[in-house]
Amino acid sequence: MIKRAFECFRQLNINCVAFLAVLPLFVFTFMFVIGPLIYMLVLSFLQRAEVWGIVNKFTFKNYMDIFEPVYLKTFIESFKLAITTTILIMIIGYPFGYFMAKLDAKWKKRMMLLIFIPFWTSSLIRLYGWIIIFRANGILDKLLMALNITEEPLKLLYTYPAVVVGMIYVLLPFMIFSVYSSAEKLDWSLVEAARDLGASSMQAFFTISLKLTLPGLLSGVVLTFIPSMGLFFIADILGGNKVVLVGNLIQEQLMKAHNWPFAAALSVVLMILTSVMIYIYRRISNVKELEGLV
Amino acid sequence: MEDFILQLDRIEKSFGGVKVLNGLSLSVKQGEFITLLGPSGCGKTTTLRIIAGLEKPDSGKVYLEGKDVTNEEPNRRNVNTVFQNYALFPHMTVEGNISYSLRLKRLDRAKIKKAVSEALELVQLEGYEKRMPSELSGGQRQRVAIARAVVNEPKVLLLDEPLGALDLQLRRQMQTELKRLQKHLGITFVYITHDQEEALNMSDRIAVMRDGKFEQIGTPQEVYDYPKTSYVARFVGSANIIYGTAYDVNEHTVVFKNEDGIGIVARNRANIAYGQKVTVAVRSEHIRLTPAASDSNAEGFVGVVKEKSFAGGLLQIIVALADGKELVASRHGIDSTLVPGDKVIVTWAPENAILVDLEGA
Repeated sequence: MIKRAFECFRQLNINCVAFLAVLPLFVFTFMFVIGPLIYMLVLSFLQRAEVWGIVNKFTFKNYMDIFEPVYLKTFIESFKLAITTTILIMIIGYPFGYFMAKLDAKWKKRMMLLIFIPFWTSSLIRLYGWIIIFRANGILDKLLMALNITEEPLKLLYTYPAVVVGMIYVLLPFMIFSVYSSAEKLDWSLVEAARDLGASSMQAFFTISLKLTLPGLLSGVVLTFIPSMGLFFIADILGGNKVVLVGNLIQEQLMKAHNWPFAAALSVVLMILTSVMIYIYRRISNVKELEGLV
Repeated sequence: MEDFILQLDRIEKSFGGVKVLNGLSLSVKQGEFITLLGPSGCGKTTTLRIIAGLEKPDSGKVYLEGKDVTNEEPNRRNVNTVFQNYALFPHMTVEGNISYSLRLKRLDRAKIKKAVSEALELVQLEGYEKRMPSELSGGQRQRVAIARAVVNEPKVLLLDEPLGALDLQLRRQMQTELKRLQKHLGITFVYITHDQEEALNMSDRIAVMRDGKFEQIGTPQEVYDYPKTSYVARFVGSANIIYGTAYDVNEHTVVFKNEDGIGIVARNRANIAYGQKVTVAVRSEHIRLTPAASDSNAEGFVGVVKEKSFAGGLLQIIVALADGKELVASRHGIDSTLVPGDKVIVTWAPENAILVDLEGA
């Protein structure tokens, strides 16, 4: 590659210019994506040292450890949470994105802005806002008690539902935008044609609109499911130490236990699991638009 | 009322404060081929959408087979549409598209299969069942759209400029085929076009539309030979419109005059009185041009040849009159001794001049 780059400097024809233009991207990808991946893979087969660091000795122990009930449970927990989150996001986000595409241009812009504004602040900081809402005698508790819906504080902070809400809050926009972008391309005259041919509005939705916006829905699912497997700071902030996900486990092993090889092994397994998920989605949907995500 | 399969009764519709349909009424007989003819933006498509139920009128009623369906959903009307852009479902095969309405009715498979193959045979697309719409040419998509709409055996088939996207040759061929299909199926067709030739060629009746109203409804011959208004005369067969004042009137003929000369109208359609303002339509092919020098005393309009052009098998000669208005005369064939700048006298056979824009005519 380096040799070719030098040759290109001398020739400078159009193919070579294109090659030179993407060269930095190659270098970047190699240094920051492929390199670390290989490093992580190698690391996951090494042993941890007694005190700090690693010993260059090959072992399968890290992978065997994952099958210990404690860690296995964490994986199952994460999976359950990711599925719950994704389903809820689908239920909220699909109609949201779908109807947003039906709005006229002026309202589309406004809605878009409303969804984008929170992105101007770090999601970490925004999550602290949820602490104020969820904590015992916080905004939510006070409101519910003032309305006589509950008598005692619910103490929602550091519970499973709080984590789910946090996940939905952070990941929902991804679903909305991917559904929106495919609903936007939907030709509404097709829905009218279906109605004209005898479909009720429900039938027209399921046979035409849903089928044609499926690529958006599925890429939304991929965009929300994968992060929800790995996001650790939401469970950290809103779940305390009560909800431990794979992401938290990796972070703990890396930062607190300093067991780098085990953290690497956990990451590799998580990566394989999500890749399998994407592969299954691709097989089910046979949608080419997902290719860019893999 | 039972005699008519489709009736529109004083339909009004506005979009954002702009009145698109302005008291539209129409009665269509069973098996009729009726064309709504008008320029784009005159409300044709809106009318069709109201019949299909895709749009609700602000006021007025729609009757199908004598039944008020104004507030019925589109899927509850036995009316199908061939959309302008065909609106074929891109994720379904040709078979899937055509069988869509039958599958909704939950007919059994064998019946559906038979109906689909019959519909494909009808539009001469046998063997295309498994193709996707994206693999078809424009003309083939058009045929699939028609098959999809007729397979449901609608009482009325609505066609929204179905031939607009096709090239001229294919359009001519499809005109003949559509007419044949309509005869064969006996379905009432409501056809939209802005192409007067198409309308004259295919329709049993033509409804000429302007600004959300019907200007004239009649057989192609009526509309062509006896246009009621100058608008119809111009739109159907591009007639020349001449304004003048009645100069000599009797039971059968009207002689009128404007600053360019004198003209004659054969039929006194509405008891024109002396001195009354009249509007006269003369079709370009009926206009005779005589060089002025040879016959300077002839009664007729005087003008100067301004331009000659040859298009569509017709030679068009544009004559500028003294008042700055222009008349178009057309001939078959390319030869004419007239050259731009020649002074000519414009005449026509009195029976070819039609009085239009008459109040109450």
